Amino acid sequence: MVSGLINENPTVYERKERRVRTDSTNTDEDIRDPEHPYSLEQLKVLTEDSVEVDDFKSYVRVTFTPTVEHCSMATIIGLSVRVKLMRSLPPRYKIDIRVAPGSHATEAALNKQLNDKERVAAALENPNLVEMVDECLSPSFE
Amino acid sequence: MAALNNLTEHLEAFVDVTRSPTHHAESLKAIATSLEKSVLSINQLVVEMDMYLTTTDDVVRARGILLLAEMLDYLKSKPLDNAVVNSLVGFFTAKLAEWRSVRGALTGCLALIKRKGVAGLVTAVDAEAVAKSMAQSVQVQSLALYDRKLCFELLECLLEQYPEAMINLGDLMVYATCEAIDGEKDPPCLMVAFHVVELLARLFPSPSGPVASEASDLFEFISCYFPLHYTHTKGDEASIPREDLSRGLSLAISSTPFFEPYAIPLLLEKLSSSLPVAKVDSLICLKDCAVNYGVNRMKKHYKGIWSAIKDALYASTGTDLSFGLESLTSPGFEMNEIHIEAANLLQRLVKQDISFLGLVADDIRVKMIFDTISRYSRYEEMPDTSKLEVLVVSQILFVSARASVESCNTIFETFFVRLMNTLGIVEKTSSGDLVHNENSTGSTRLYHGGLHLCIELLTASKDLIPSSEENSSTPESAQQSWCSIVNRFSVSLIEAFTSAVQSSNDDCSADAYLGVKGLLAMGMFRGGFSPVSRSEFEKILTTLTSIITDNSAKTVKWELALKALVCMGSFIDQYHESEKAMSYMGIVVETLVSLVCSSPCGLPHPMILEATSEVCSTRPTYVEKMVQGFEEAFCSSFSDFCVNGNFKSIENCSQLLECVTNKLLPRLTEIDGLEKSLVHFAISMWNQIESSVVFSYDFNGREFVEAAMKTMRQIVGVASVESQNSIIQKAYNVISSSTLPAMESVPLTFAALEGLQRDLSTRNELMLSLFASVVIGASPMASIPDVKSLIKLFLVSFLKGYIPAAQALGSMVNKLGTGLEEACDTIFHESSVGNNTSSVDSSKTICGSETLLAKICLGFYGSLDLQTRAITGLAWIGKGLLMRGDKRVNEIALVLVECLKSTNSSGIALHPSAMKHAADAFLTLMSDSEACLNRKLHAVIRPLYKQRFFSITVPVLESLIVNSQTPLSRTMLHVALAHVISNVPVTVILDNTKKLLPIILEGSSVLSVESEHKETLFSLLLVLSGTLTDIKGQQSVSDNAHRIIECLVKLASYPHLMVVRETAIQCLATLLELPHRRIYPFRREVLQAVSKALDDPKRRVREEAIKCRQAWTSISSRSTPF
Repeated sequence: MVSGLINENPTVYERKERRVRTDSTNTDEDIRDPEHPYSLEQLKVLTEDSVEVDDFKSYVRVTFTPTVEHCSMATIIGLSVRVKLMRSLPPRYKIDIRVAPGSHATEAALNKQLNDKERVAAALENPNLVEMVDECLSPSFE
Repeated sequence: MAALNNLTEHLEAFVDVTRSPTHHAESLKAIATSLEKSVLSINQLVVEMDMYLTTTDDVVRARGILLLAEMLDYLKSKPLDNAVVNSLVGFFTAKLAEWRSVRGALTGCLALIKRKGVAGLVTAVDAEAVAKSMAQSVQVQSLALYDRKLCFELLECLLEQYPEAMINLGDLMVYATCEAIDGEKDPPCLMVAFHVVELLARLFPSPSGPVASEASDLFEFISCYFPLHYTHTKGDEASIPREDLSRGLSLAISSTPFFEPYAIPLLLEKLSSSLPVAKVDSLICLKDCAVNYGVNRMKKHYKGIWSAIKDALYASTGTDLSFGLESLTSPGFEMNEIHIEAANLLQRLVKQDISFLGLVADDIRVKMIFDTISRYSRYEEMPDTSKLEVLVVSQILFVSARASVESCNTIFETFFVRLMNTLGIVEKTSSGDLVHNENSTGSTRLYHGGLHLCIELLTASKDLIPSSEENSSTPESAQQSWCSIVNRFSVSLIEAFTSAVQSSNDDCSADAYLGVKGLLAMGMFRGGFSPVSRSEFEKILTTLTSIITDNSAKTVKWELALKALVCMGSFIDQYHESEKAMSYMGIVVETLVSLVCSSPCGLPHPMILEATSEVCSTRPTYVEKMVQGFEEAFCSSFSDFCVNGNFKSIENCSQLLECVTNKLLPRLTEIDGLEKSLVHFAISMWNQIESSVVFSYDFNGREFVEAAMKTMRQIVGVASVESQNSIIQKAYNVISSSTLPAMESVPLTFAALEGLQRDLSTRNELMLSLFASVVIGASPMASIPDVKSLIKLFLVSFLKGYIPAAQALGSMVNKLGTGLEEACDTIFHESSVGNNTSSVDSSKTICGSETLLAKICLGFYGSLDLQTRAITGLAWIGKGLLMRGDKRVNEIALVLVECLKSTNSSGIALHPSAMKHAADAFLTLMSDSEACLNRKLHAVIRPLYKQRFFSITVPVLESLIVNSQTPLSRTMLHVALAHVISNVPVTVILDNTKKLLPIILEGSSVLSVESEHKETLFSLLLVLSGTLTDIKGQQSVSDNAHRIIECLVKLASYPHLMVVRETAIQCLATLLELPHRRIYPFRREVLQAVSKALDDPKRRVREEAIKCRQAWTSISSRSTPF
């Protein structure tokens, strides 16, 4: 087991001033990093451009970039994003979550894991994991 | 003896450290009280305490000494024997050496030293002994926080109260202070310590004194705190705010000139730090030093300070110069704290020593400015660096010029003349002609940067003119050279600014802004010695006025000119410039007022009105003039319409009236004499209506009538009772001389009433509406003539369908004093006297349904139109009675309730439209109206009237709902109930939640069927949401949870109104506060409903839905159905 943090000193970016949206339905602002008290947006794990929404086809694709290549938290991040989207979007949406190409050591495996319905459902049966995800989704205390 | 017994008990209690602090405080208080009442003398106490004060047990002794000290603190204002004080001081002084009891000793010394103005003072010799003992035997920094604070306070007190004694001690005090401060870190102690340093500096001003010789050490101890920075900011509320401490430090550093060799270099160094707080603190401290150290000592640092100031200004100034309306009276760019403090320091230095100005004037960057200016003509074209140069240099010159008359002269001599040359502005010779230099070729070059600099200089100089009271004693101010320089250039300057304004086009506001701002600066010189002569001042006014009158649309230029005129107007009023006021009146006010009256010009009418009202409200005399102008304009336009049928003029009339209501009436309290002019205006409105007998053309809109009504109502509302009486009298005369009174003769019988149509002529309608407005606005004190026939008039008119008449009637019954009985008789009973038909029904209701009005309401006779009008009228009358708390409203309520039944007690089926009107009548009764019967219009309002009506009607409506026969009647009853519930204060609802909740829920489901009730539904939902959040409603909410959720889930998809959906979802989220077992069963149901709302077309609903869904899913994280 790794003791200590995986990325001890992440670069923190400014939060982007949000443009006034009229149509888009996405909402993954303010998901916290599992390791740090910053939101994913502040760490540039997620950016506004990395989320594609197609309302007519009911399709969302989120591409996120873990802070370091071997980040073991990537699954948790991906899971949190998925749970947040599942809770925030109408059921008609198909959600695809992937790691940005080249940003993670086990990219293919990760993508597969995050988009496997069965494995996601199984993960959410695990009380420890759900607790962790809920922790990440709780509104940040700034 | 009993007292002494108690004493031992209290002493024991205090000395025992195992007891609680409250216990200690109690015993302390008890002993203090007996000392204060002189039951016990201090001698006795000391004798009693002998054992505690001398015991070898350290803890007990320390407590004993502390007790004695605390006692002395209580007795601060009680006269004591000198001998006692002397021996006590000796005792405490000796105890200072003993570290175990040092707190008691310090407290005791402090209490004794603090004694002031009562018998028993510490002698100077004793004080000296205290100070000596303290300096020699107390190790301040090894003590606890509270004891350290006591030490510093003791030092402070000694220095303040016994300065002579302390001077004798000399070096010792300075050493003691240095030692005490060294290493101190707590703000409360430091605050006192800094003051001690200040006191020391004051005490030893001589250059050979101890402070002078120890300056370097002393400074070292205090300078290490600069700049102050709190590392622990939170959780220490009792502590001293940073600003105060920093102020204290600054005062300590600047306290003595001996610090100068150390302080200034340190401050300059800190100024170059990147920390903004350090910069601000250094600048403030430098300013304090400049004041206290004196010119001679500061002089050698001038160079360093100047370059530091310059750097601070360059670093803290942005490059955005605003050309907007709001910056006409401000510098136009943002200033942060550093900038402001740097400017303050600069101003201070220049004011103190004119030679500092030499540095400014010789600075290469300042000199370069003229090149920069002349390189670019437009501000936008400049690169950022040049913008910065212009802004900073103009700010530097502005601040230096403002510092003193002398500096102003220098700056005008060195810079202003050169600036004028650069801009190509020529001066006039003594003969008044303009000199055209060969090299300037006579044409002015309007460089934006130069104009900005020029305006800044003019603005700076205008504050230097002494106000009119002072200038009689200093007439030479007129001969000041800056004044004469401005005077020489004034003509050309005004021309230059004027041409800047005129050359501007719409897409560039900079020209117009600079031009107008320049004219404003030129126009704001105060007093008779102003460098701008009267004719020039008038020229400025003419130019600005012509900008306003020449435009045909609302441009930036127009707004700027208007604001400049308003500024000048209020400036004139503020400084009582009578001569200028005359010019202003003649040029600005009269031109604008004449525009209001005269035939069309290029400017649209609303803009003329806006300009006039803005400009004229700067001074009461202008207001008077303006209202007169408005009166004339109203009369002429109105008669123009009546005679020629000019619809344009009637439109002008309504705009004019709107201007009166919106612009003038709200400022009534600010402007003296406005009320009188407005009353006059109202009376002349009546005169005009009276004199225009013939309306050759019909109105084509309600706009004018409504504007006139509003104006009339509000004027009457704000007028005094006498003025109200005169308006009422005038109006009554006009009314009675018209054909309106004919309506009074309409017999109040059914047959006659049925024939009524909306058949009044335009003029009569106008008169009726206006008269109704007068009655609505009148206060209860005003006397209304001929009440009886007026009531008849209004009664007939509202049955003809004129709502204002009904409102006036409501207002009358609300405000009438003794005449109320008679009035009600006229309204209700007399009308039934005329009704000779024997009662057709056998119902023996005594609730007023016998009366004609009630019968019409219930649809016994007449057309549907008549019925609905009667219902609406009845509602207004009811409102008047309800607000004053009259019993008769109950009868009216019953009639209205009767109208809601599908078939009333007499078996007549009611038309749906009548039922709808009856339901809306409840809204009229309960809601606050803008148009009449409110506090502004002097309504008589009994407290809690809504609650009373609520408690009368709700049970009746509830039982009717239960027994209602048809769906329509049921809906209407619910609408009526919803009106009552949603307008009553929410506390009433909360007291009755148990009873009301089911009915509210039923109501919302009934109302959600049809879209026409959406507003009512929303207000009902708001009431529901109020009960959910309150603790009082919690129990019944919890009991009804299933029904509430069912209802809210339905409303979450209500298609007709977005706010209903939003509120319903918010309510669902609030419900989570209920006990878990109550809401858990509904989890699935709610989540389903909310997930549908996630797809809502409105973003706000979706956002609420996400929050709500998140909240509901988290009540059971495991196996959540997503």
